[in-house]
Amino acid sequence: MRLAGAEPVSLWHGDRDLSGVDAAILPGGFSYGDYLRCGAIARFSPVMSELVPAARAGLPVLGICNGFQILCEAHLLPGALTRNAGLKFVTRDLRLRVENAQTAWTRAYRAGQQIVVPLKSGEGAYAADPATLADLEGSGQVVIRYASGNPNGSAASIAGVCNAAGNVVGLMPHPEHAVDGLTGPSADGLGFFASVVAQVLA
Amino acid sequence: MIEPKGRGVAWTEERGTSDEGRRRLKAPRRRAEDTVARARDTPDQPQPFAELGLTEAEYATITRTLGRRPTSAELALYSVMWSEHCSYKSSKVHLKQFADKAPPSSALLAGIGHNAGVVDVGQGYAVTFKIESHNHPSYVEPHQGAATGVGGIVRDILAMGARPVAVMDALRFGPASAPDTGRVLPGVVSGISFYGNCLGLPNIGGELDFDPCYAGNPLVNALCVGVMRHDELQVAAGRGPGNKVILFGSTTGPDGVGGASVLASAAFGAADGVSAKRPSVQVGDPFTEKLLVECCLELYADGLVVGIQDLGAAGVACATTELAAAGTGGMLVRLDAVPLRDASLGPPEILMSESQERMMAVVEPDRADKFLGVCAKWDVRAAVIGEVTDSGRLVMTWHGETVVDIPPSSAADGPVYHRPAERWAGQDALAADDPDALPRPADGAGMRAALLTLIGSAGLADKSWVTDQYDRYVRGDTVLAMPEDGGLVRLDEVTGLGIALATDGNGRYCRLDPYLGTQLALGEAYRNVAVTGARPLAVTNCLNFGSPEDPAVMWQFAEAVRGLADGCAALGVPVTGGNVSFYNQTGTTPIHPTPVIGVLGVHDDVRHRLAIGFGREPDGEPGGPGAARAPGGTAAARIVLLGRTRAEFGGSAWAHVLHGHLGGRPPEPDLDAERRLAALLAAAAEAGVLSAAHDLSDGGLAVALAESCLRGETGCVVTVPGDPFTSLFSESAGRAIVAVRPGAEAAFDQLRAAHDVPGVRLGAVGGDSLVFAGLFTIGLDELAAVHTRTLPALFG
Repeated sequence: MRLAGAEPVSLWHGDRDLSGVDAAILPGGFSYGDYLRCGAIARFSPVMSELVPAARAGLPVLGICNGFQILCEAHLLPGALTRNAGLKFVTRDLRLRVENAQTAWTRAYRAGQQIVVPLKSGEGAYAADPATLADLEGSGQVVIRYASGNPNGSAASIAGVCNAAGNVVGLMPHPEHAVDGLTGPSADGLGFFASVVAQVLA
Repeated sequence: MIEPKGRGVAWTEERGTSDEGRRRLKAPRRRAEDTVARARDTPDQPQPFAELGLTEAEYATITRTLGRRPTSAELALYSVMWSEHCSYKSSKVHLKQFADKAPPSSALLAGIGHNAGVVDVGQGYAVTFKIESHNHPSYVEPHQGAATGVGGIVRDILAMGARPVAVMDALRFGPASAPDTGRVLPGVVSGISFYGNCLGLPNIGGELDFDPCYAGNPLVNALCVGVMRHDELQVAAGRGPGNKVILFGSTTGPDGVGGASVLASAAFGAADGVSAKRPSVQVGDPFTEKLLVECCLELYADGLVVGIQDLGAAGVACATTELAAAGTGGMLVRLDAVPLRDASLGPPEILMSESQERMMAVVEPDRADKFLGVCAKWDVRAAVIGEVTDSGRLVMTWHGETVVDIPPSSAADGPVYHRPAERWAGQDALAADDPDALPRPADGAGMRAALLTLIGSAGLADKSWVTDQYDRYVRGDTVLAMPEDGGLVRLDEVTGLGIALATDGNGRYCRLDPYLGTQLALGEAYRNVAVTGARPLAVTNCLNFGSPEDPAVMWQFAEAVRGLADGCAALGVPVTGGNVSFYNQTGTTPIHPTPVIGVLGVHDDVRHRLAIGFGREPDGEPGGPGAARAPGGTAAARIVLLGRTRAEFGGSAWAHVLHGHLGGRPPEPDLDAERRLAALLAAAAEAGVLSAAHDLSDGGLAVALAESCLRGETGCVVTVPGDPFTSLFSESAGRAIVAVRPGAEAAFDQLRAAHDVPGVRLGAVGGDSLVFAGLFTIGLDELAAVHTRTLPALFG
């Protein structure tokens, strides 16, 4: 966020307080060790009791990896993330295709644009029932798709989805690891953060 | 867990898996504890010292020190403290050379004897790093054994006051195709992945190798590096009478009881079988460790800690005795105040438990509440279990009765052995079995086939199957990670200050000559740090050997330590700490002596780093730690081979992989040349005249060129000088290949001359094939297919 020109503020999981932020990112990690289903405990964190209504009221929210899992568990996003098809953790730099460039977090991209961003997860296989998948495809809620092979067995190679309003986006790959060529494979991930900064300032 | 045989050993009666045992675990009854008073009253009661790994002489020393027989709790404490693993009783007399021969270094802030050495890397930053073995637990239970190996070394680093920032793993297994390797390797990798990823530490490199000598005894060596400001260094000493002793982190359970002494001191795989020892392996909880890391760092920042020690092997026994021995000298501990996860545990088991994710701190009484408050914030359980005293005694009570009363240094210092060492009788015959007699490929086609066999062999094949399971990106500061020669982590976003790390070991070289083999490992790790453009600063080591009771093994050990100490003196880099792992053997057959050497370097500006891939700009894109890349960059870069090549094939990958041969002499190390090469690489990186650099090691020039082509997805055309076979496959030390940027040839030649490093122009980067002019050509597609298919085919 700093590289995109915004001021990052840490929110504590135990506080029922969003500190007046203009947008929220639920980062990756292993909340409660992921010993139970990923994100299943974190969705009950006190801060979520503030975040969920704010997200429903339009606050831009991005969930990355474990954050995506938490957003699904909190029912802010449809579907679920399950064990990778290979049953192993996968760290890989992947070519992704931006399918929807109209969300709060993807406006800096062009629809159809290909970007390179790392994926690193053990439970990243997106799953949903056929009707939900058809809905997502029909309404443009598939935001990001794996563009060269399917690394984890995700339904329809889905790497990221959004809610109907487009303010809440969940993403399995890690755009924060693609913000410069020194510490990542590209700077392609910066667009997610630049998108929301532009929207907040507009 | 060895079950003591004698009756009257109160503390084992309630263990076991019988129905009766389970009923008792549900409803524990208070046992009559073996108190100090009772020990005085029953001087002749037999005690299971032998079953706990103590010799008769050691038991006699304990009795003499105490003036009575030890209680069960004291016996447990001494047995774990005096185990080889904790006391270094067989290695101490040799290890002192690291201090005696240490080169003058202004970089060392804390050295051997601390949890880990601390090195000044400039700009107010200090770095601490250490490598440690978890070999035996990883054979018994690969997943948890490897996982808790990561957890243990991370706590070592944390205890110094540093924030852990990266891990590495040096792994060695039996033959890749052996069924048991199919059990051990995937478990070890998943354990490292499970623990390190969850903990949020990038895994930036390491080693993977296979040899039949590791079939019943894999090597799992875990390294961690941490960073702090100079003034944040913490000490492991319990100072100040009246200060509180606080145990915090996980609760204490029966896991790993006796692990330190039973698993490391008894020859592994003995007649009583592996199954009896299974419960001795600990179970890891990386999320609790993550909370513990953040909790400790906040406690340090708030100035709430007087002294701190991590709990590893020998748990509470080790932490209390070492804190007391290094501090004011006395401590009173209430063992019944230790939070338990199994209410049936008594004093001996509490002392020996190796439950993971625990730390012990010494805290001023008026700050204890604040300390407990920080722990509560991070959901970390904490309990005041005692206080520092000036009695000179370590006293422990159990519900008001004294069960331990000893001088702490008697347990902390332990015995010292001068074990007999004798050069192995077969050593000369091994040296005489020269690889010159092996048939060599006669033409280009034969060399082409040999190269493909090498890069497809398990030890040299693409390791993505392993490394893709590790998170190399987390924390966002990883500049280089595997398959680069060294890992490189940025410490300061503004100045670009960073640290480079590499580990290396070569059991085959060390088998042929442990003195030279250890120096070769040191030289390779030093060079692997240097090819990133960093300046090597300090050394850590994990010395994996067979039984110290075998004079031939003891000779190997003594030679290796002497080689390392002399080598460090020659290179001007001090040893800051390390770990010894003995009893790595199957039956009476020891593993190859395998010292694994870790070298730390400093990079003044990581934006000038060098990477191994051809055709990639080091300061542009792509060039990150990842594998995805676009072609482009320096199509006309010139490839130069640095260093001298001799016909050296003893212990080489060619002899090993193509002929299953091990004999002759290892390559001759030239540490002076190594030093000049490193200085040249650092200067060339800073001057920006290179677009790639890669060290030459296993498989020689042919394998190194193939790796640089594959990494950068760009070919090259080279002409090798002299005897083609020697040029391609010799493993002479002190060499690297570099790609010189177009137009920078003269500048590089000048630097090379100034540093007195010989160089040979081989050819140029470009195309989509690896071309050895006049010999053979391999397309990158074929090269990649052979390189990448091996491990997935073996391990799924």
